[in-house]
Amino acid sequence: MSVPRSGFVQRLTALVRKEMRQMVRDRSNLLVGFLLPLALILLFGYGLSFDVRNAPVAVVIDTPSVAVREVVSGLEGSRYLAPRRVTTMAEAEHLLGDGSVDAIVHFPVDFARRYAAGSARVQIVLNGIDSVTASTLEAYLSGAISKALEHRGDRGEGALSGAGQVEIVQRVWFNETSNSTWYLVPGLVVLIMTLVGAFLTSLLVAREWERGTLESLFVTPVRPVEIVLAKLVPYILVGLVDLAMCLVAARVLFDVPIRGSLLAVLVSSTMYLIVSLLLGLWISGATRNQFAASQVALLTSFMPAMMLSGFVFDLRNVPIGVEIAAQIVPATHFMMLIKTLFLAGTDWAMVARSCAILGGYALLLTFLTRRTVRKRLD
Amino acid sequence: MSLALDSHGARKGGHAPPIIVARDLVKTFEGPDGAPFDALKGISFEVAAGRLTALVGPDGAGKTTLMRMIAGLLRADGGGLQVLGHDAAQDAQEIQSRISYMPQRFGLYEDLSIQENLDLYADLHGVPANLRRERFARLLEMTDLARFTARPAGNLSGGMKQKLGLACTLVRVPDLLLLDEPSVGVDPLSRRDLWEIIEQMIAQEGLSVLVSTAYMDEAARCERVHVFNKGEQLAEGTPGELRARVAGLTYVAAPREGEPARDLQARLIDAPDRIVDAVPSGGEVHFIRRPECAADSLVDLLVGCEARSREEELEDAFMLLLRAHEEEGEPTAPDQGGEVALSSAGPERGQDGAPIIVVRDLVRRFGDFTAVASTSFDVRPGEIFGLLGPNGAGKTTTFRMLCGLLPASSGHLEVAGVNLRQTRANARRRIGYVAQKFSLYANLSVRENLEFFGGAYGLRGGTLRARVRAIEARFDLDPQAQSGNLPHGYKQRLAMAAGLLHGPRILFLDEPTSGIDPLARRAFWRTITQLSQEGVTIIVTTHFMEEAEYCDRIAIQDAGRLLALGTPRAVREEAGPRGQDMNSAFIAIVENARAQERTMPGGPESVA
Repeated sequence: MSVPRSGFVQRLTALVRKEMRQMVRDRSNLLVGFLLPLALILLFGYGLSFDVRNAPVAVVIDTPSVAVREVVSGLEGSRYLAPRRVTTMAEAEHLLGDGSVDAIVHFPVDFARRYAAGSARVQIVLNGIDSVTASTLEAYLSGAISKALEHRGDRGEGALSGAGQVEIVQRVWFNETSNSTWYLVPGLVVLIMTLVGAFLTSLLVAREWERGTLESLFVTPVRPVEIVLAKLVPYILVGLVDLAMCLVAARVLFDVPIRGSLLAVLVSSTMYLIVSLLLGLWISGATRNQFAASQVALLTSFMPAMMLSGFVFDLRNVPIGVEIAAQIVPATHFMMLIKTLFLAGTDWAMVARSCAILGGYALLLTFLTRRTVRKRLD
Repeated sequence: MSLALDSHGARKGGHAPPIIVARDLVKTFEGPDGAPFDALKGISFEVAAGRLTALVGPDGAGKTTLMRMIAGLLRADGGGLQVLGHDAAQDAQEIQSRISYMPQRFGLYEDLSIQENLDLYADLHGVPANLRRERFARLLEMTDLARFTARPAGNLSGGMKQKLGLACTLVRVPDLLLLDEPSVGVDPLSRRDLWEIIEQMIAQEGLSVLVSTAYMDEAARCERVHVFNKGEQLAEGTPGELRARVAGLTYVAAPREGEPARDLQARLIDAPDRIVDAVPSGGEVHFIRRPECAADSLVDLLVGCEARSREEELEDAFMLLLRAHEEEGEPTAPDQGGEVALSSAGPERGQDGAPIIVVRDLVRRFGDFTAVASTSFDVRPGEIFGLLGPNGAGKTTTFRMLCGLLPASSGHLEVAGVNLRQTRANARRRIGYVAQKFSLYANLSVRENLEFFGGAYGLRGGTLRARVRAIEARFDLDPQAQSGNLPHGYKQRLAMAAGLLHGPRILFLDEPTSGIDPLARRAFWRTITQLSQEGVTIIVTTHFMEEAEYCDRIAIQDAGRLLALGTPRAVREEAGPRGQDMNSAFIAIVENARAQERTMPGGPESVA
C-alpha cells in the first residue's frame, strides 16, 4: 500500500507538535538548551582566557643603577605585568612558592657593569606549575625588558646601541598581542552545537523506551523515519537559537570578527548540528536507557569535541593514533572550518570539503538511527 | 501438552474468516542467566472476527510475547502468524496501521494532557476532523474523563490512565483491538468501568478484541478463552466448555464452629494427591477434588465439616489445567521442607492478648497531599492482618510508617511495645520486612544474601550458619543459586526467608503475591498461614481482594482513608447485600464512601 503524501505530513506535524510540547514542558531541556550555552559563552568569553593580565612579578635588584631603574619602569608600564620590589632573592622565592607572584625578575650585582660591557644578564624565574601562563609570562617579560633596553639604546645611553646587549633565552612563543577570545569563541560554537545536539537528544529515544511509549507509538501508521525527523525539528530550532546567541555574543560582546560569509557559517553550523543531533538519537536508540545514553553521548561527542577537535590543543603535533581518532570526530572538521570562517574569511573549497564530510556523517547516522527505531522490540 | 488441536474441527462461528491465525509459533529469548528461554513453544490457534477473545495464563505464560508478535513488534523464531490476512513478519506496518494496541504500561505521554494524547493518536491514525469531535466527546463521556481534558496524563490515577490508554486506542474503530493485561494493578472499580467500556464498544461497533488477563472473572466475560502456561496453550473454548472440564469436582465446605476457614483450607491444600485447589472464600472454603479421587475419599480431610457441591467457575477449570500442566514436569508434590520454628514467638494467638501494634490517628502528608489521613487500628499477636486498597490508597505509606521506614506527620504508633515516634531502631529489631520490589542483591548467591542479612540483623558465627541452613531447608532454596536468576516466585520466597532470619515476632509483607502465578500464590499463602500458626504476627498488603479471606482481620483503605475494619465476614456484611465476595464488597464500600464524600462537602472522618 502506498502511503499518501498527506498522511506523512499529517503524522509528522502531529509528532513535531508532540516533541515541541514535551521539550517545552521539560525544564531541564530548556536549562541545557539555553542556559548552559549562555553560561558557556560568558565563561569562555570572559572567564577563560589564556592571556595574562596584571601578573604579579617580584623584582629583585641586587645593586640599584640607572639602567636597572629604567628597565623596571619599563616593566611597570606594561599592562600585562604588576611588578613588586623585593629586597632579597630568598624573599622572592618564598613569594613564588606560595603563589603570591607568578615570576621573579632578578637583576644581579654585576648587571650595570655587564650591561655597559654589552653582555648583561637578567635572571627570570617562572612558576612552571601552570606552564601556559608561565610561557606567556616569559614572553611578556622578555619583550618588556628588551623594549626598555632598546629605548635606552636608542637614546644612546648604552655602551652599544641596539639589541644584543641583553641576552634573554626565550623558549616558547606566544604572540602577546593575540587575544585568545578570538579563537575560543568560534570553538564555542562547536561545543554548544555538540551539547545541544548529542547531549539533549541522547535522552529522547531512550526516554520513550523507558516509559514504554514507543510500544504504542509503533502500533500506528507511523513510519520510523517520521519518528526520527520529528525529534530533529525542535532541537534544530534550539540549536539555531544558540548559534544566533554565539554569533551575537562574538560580535557584540567579544568583538570577534566574522570575516567569512555568514551564509557559509549558517549552512555549515546547521550541517554540524544535524550530525550531532543524529549522533545523539542514534546513541539514545541503541542504549535504550537514559543514563547510559547521556554518559555515552558525553564521552563520544562532547569530550572529543573539547579535547580532540583542535579547540584547545593543536592537532599538528599529536601522535598518529590521536590524529586518526581526531579525524574520526565530526567536530574536528567543523572546528577547522568555523575558525577559518570567523578569523580568516571564506575558503569555499574548504567549506565544500567540510560540508561534504559532515553530509556523509549525516547520511551514515540517519541510516544507523533508523535501524534503532525500526518497529521491533527484540 | 497442548489440547488446542482437539477443538479446531469443532470451532464455531465458521462464517467469518479468522483474523488471527497462528501456526506453531516459537519464540526464544535469552534468560537472565544467559541460557535460552522458550517464551513460546509452538503455539497454534485462531481468533475469529467480531468477538471478544481472552488469553489467560499466569505471569510467564507467554501472553505479552504473543500480543507483541500479533502487533508486529516481535518476530517469531519459528512458525507462521497471519493477522488480518497479512503476514506478521513481512507486513508488520500494514497490520500496525489497522489495529490498535494498548501495552501493559498504557503507552501514554505523561507530560501531554488528556486532550493532547487523544489528538496525537487521532492525527497518527489520520482521523478526519469532522469525525473527531463526535468521537472524542463519546470517548470522554464513556471514560468519564471529560472534566480533566487539560490535565497532564502523568497526574492521573492508575485507573484514569488506563481508561485514557483505552480511549487512545479507540480514536477510530480499529480492525482489531489488542489489550495486554489492561487491568493489572488497578482497583476493582476501575476494572469494572473498563470492562463496561469494552463491552459497550463491542456491542455498538462490532469490534474484534483480543485481551490478555490474569483475572478469571474477566476471562469469563469473553466469548472465547485460550489458556496458556509456560509458553504452551493448555486449552481453548468458550467459558462454558472450559468450565465443563471441572463439572462435578467443585465443592464448598464450611469450617467447624470457631475454626478459621484458612485452617481448613490449609488441611485441604496440603493433600495435593486428592485436592487440586482450595481457597478460603466468604468464610468457607472452595475446593476442587482431583478427578481420579472418589468423592468419599475426602472425609478424613474434612473432619466433620460438611462439603456441598457448588457450581463450577472458570477459575476452577484454570486451576485444574494449571495443576495438571505443572505436574507433567515434576510429578512429585512440592516438598514442604523441614519443620523449623521460624519465630521466637510462642504460639500465643487469639483475640484476648494485648495488641502488638497500636495505631492512633496516624497521619502522613507529603506537601499538600495527604497520603494517609487519621487512621487508627490495632493488631493482636499472632493475627494475620490485611491492608487492602487500590494503588495509591495509602497502603504502602501506612506500611512504611509501621516498619519505621518513614516518620509519621502526626499520631501515635506503637509496635511491639515500642513507640515508633521515639525509638525506631529498637522496634526494627523485632520486625521482619519484605519489600514489594526484590531488594536483595541480585549478583550474590542465595546463601551469601542470607548470611549478609543475618549479619545485618546481628546474628554471628555458628548461630548465623545454623539459622541460614535451617531457613534454606524450610523454604526449599538452593544455596548456590544466584539470587537475580531465580524465578519470580522463588525470589519472593528468598526475600521472605531473609526477613525471617532473626526470628522476628512481626512480619511485614508488602504485596508479596503481586506478579506471581496462582499456584505459587497458594503456596506462598500456605507459608504465611503456617507462620501465623507458629505465633508470628503478619501484616500483609494486597490488591487481590480474594486474598483477604486468608486474614483474621482486614482494613480497607481508599485515597488515604480507612473505610472499613474488621473480620472479612464483618466487612462483607458491612457492604450489605452487594458484598457476596470480597471484590464486590470492596467496590460497594469504596463507592458508598465516595458517594458520601460528594454529599458531605466537609469531608467525612475516617471510619475506624
